[in-house]
Amino acid sequence: MKRIYSVWVENRSGVLSKVSGLFARRSYNIDSLTVGETRDKTVSSMTIVSSGTNHTLEQIEKQLNKKLDVIKVRTFGEEQAILREVILLKVKYTSSQRKELMEICEFLKADIVDATTTHMIITLCDTPDRIEKLLSMLKEFNITEISRTGTLAMPKCSEGEA
Amino acid sequence: MNGAKLFIESLEKEGVRNLFGYPGVSICPFFDALKDSDITAELMRDEQSAGHAANGYARISKMPGVCAVSSGPGATNLITAIATAFADSIPLICITGQVPTEQIGSDMFQEADIIGAVESFVKYSYSVRTAKDIPRIVKEAFYIANTGRKGPVLIDLPIDVQNMEGGQFAEAKDVMLRTYKPTVKGHANQIKKVLKVLESAKRPILCAGGGVISANAEADVVSFAEKYNIPVVTTMMGIGVIPSNHPLYMGMVGNNGKKYANRAMNESDVLIMVGARAADRAISQPDLVMKDKTLIHIDVDPAEIGKNVGPSIPIVGDAKAIFEELNKAQIHCDFSSWMNELKRYQKTRNEKQQSTAKYVDPNLFVETLSEKIKKDAVYVADVGQNLIYSCTNYKVKEGKFLASGGMGTMGYSLPAAFGASVANPGKQIVCVLGDGAMQMAFHDLANVALHKSNLKIIIMDNRCLGMIREYQHIHFDNRYLMVDLKNTPDYSFIAKAYGIPFWEIGKNEEIEDTLSEVLRKKGPAIIDVYIDADAFTAN
Repeated sequence: MKRIYSVWVENRSGVLSKVSGLFARRSYNIDSLTVGETRDKTVSSMTIVSSGTNHTLEQIEKQLNKKLDVIKVRTFGEEQAILREVILLKVKYTSSQRKELMEICEFLKADIVDATTTHMIITLCDTPDRIEKLLSMLKEFNITEISRTGTLAMPKCSEGEA
Repeated sequence: MNGAKLFIESLEKEGVRNLFGYPGVSICPFFDALKDSDITAELMRDEQSAGHAANGYARISKMPGVCAVSSGPGATNLITAIATAFADSIPLICITGQVPTEQIGSDMFQEADIIGAVESFVKYSYSVRTAKDIPRIVKEAFYIANTGRKGPVLIDLPIDVQNMEGGQFAEAKDVMLRTYKPTVKGHANQIKKVLKVLESAKRPILCAGGGVISANAEADVVSFAEKYNIPVVTTMMGIGVIPSNHPLYMGMVGNNGKKYANRAMNESDVLIMVGARAADRAISQPDLVMKDKTLIHIDVDPAEIGKNVGPSIPIVGDAKAIFEELNKAQIHCDFSSWMNELKRYQKTRNEKQQSTAKYVDPNLFVETLSEKIKKDAVYVADVGQNLIYSCTNYKVKEGKFLASGGMGTMGYSLPAAFGASVANPGKQIVCVLGDGAMQMAFHDLANVALHKSNLKIIIMDNRCLGMIREYQHIHFDNRYLMVDLKNTPDYSFIAKAYGIPFWEIGKNEEIEDTLSEVLRKKGPAIIDVYIDADAFTAN
């Protein structure tokens, strides 16, 4: 089971290591972790995707709440949130492969953001599923470098929300 | 005022009267400011002892224990004591000197990233960057250490901050932390549910852990049990919640506990667990114990509820506040017939531990000791066979039982007992430890002698590391290795070296008379009790 934790923490040095350290020493999985500032400069927002048994996922929330630098923890399932991930891929190609690569990009609405006659960088901002789809479609190509963000998440809008 | 003076003034404002420590260059300005203060500092013989002494002090004074050590090796030597306090939820304020702020990260002489090193077993830590923050940080640290689930808080204090001008001391405002608001009051609906479940219960039992002592809720919990005649068991950390001869008391549970206590818990239909983690030593087979019963789990730490056992009714809050609420209500139930059934069963069980003809029977010894000590004495046990003999045979009256139950730290007892004696100098304290732990900790006899502490140190002397030897006997087919304490010193010489009266007990017939004589006099004494290395704790 996967679960997404949106965690607001004090924007102080060392807090990221406290949170990631908590996962490490209690053997919780981190599928992905992203951190950024929020509108309030004293608060950082972390999005952590984890997987495990229900019991583990519940413990993660409780242990996160116990950390004194954690302001708020919200958790939700994949279906309750809007998820996005960004990937950058560098592909080495031959002239015979170019057309197919461009078709794949067009099909998945990925952009080619840089290119030479032998290499191109493809980027896609989409749901984690579609990022995986892109990767699987490019499996046969010579991918020389990958950089991806991990999942960003925000709970979906609801009627009557404050 | 410089940072060091601001720090000492802040400690005084918190009511600190004693601290334990070990100096080094990086903490010198702090100790210099301490010289002008009314706070008494005890120079322990290593940093770990300073931490354990602060631990024993906290458990008796009911205030956070304070220890101060230097940077680098001073700080790292304190780590075991911090982990020990964390495991048992004991409030400590640990102050570590640090290299100058500008040099942090440069791997200079005696620099260690102590905040990083202790992250997983402190409740919180501070790295102080400017002197004027000190009053606020100290106030917050005491608040964090001593509220909610209590625990150690570390304050890393670079030497330049100790010397930095920080202005006049201004008492910090009340602590307001947006990330920390421990729940005190139990949820009213949950409390109602408990009473409802109890009303229809047939065989309820109450299991009290160390959290009850930490919350000072002993009397409230016992009156609740008395109100409805609910049988009570305790975990090891809960020993002392209820006197051993109380008619409702069924003994300690767990793999070293009484079989009838475990059976009573297993057979109950409602289990009220208070301030206990349900960890492996108390409940080794959670599924079996929890089968066919309603579990009411009361704990101040929400993360403990559901961690090891799934609760049917969770209540988060302070045990004292919750039991005060529970005691206000009046329901109609009385479980004396179930209680009598348990007592009848208990009487049929002759759980006399295996006794040994050679030397002194350790079970008999602890039994006699607990009869002979003052009724409000503090009993501090170490780790190993001595702890098992202690917690299975010691009869609590009005005293306290201290042990390092969570971490099981060898060498804890002597410095902790010393700390306890500093907290209450008149109190009779006994410290029971094995010869292994004695050799880890005997450097602190210096302080015991210096203070003429009313502390009786009892060495269960079997010339080996008994618990591990027993483990090798059971699990490794008697292939004994690394357990024989060859060349153990003659403790009478050690006692003499420190100027502490020395006694020995070599056979059962000597127990009564020697103990009477030793316990009659105030002040320190060492009693060397000879135990057979083959006297195993397991039946």
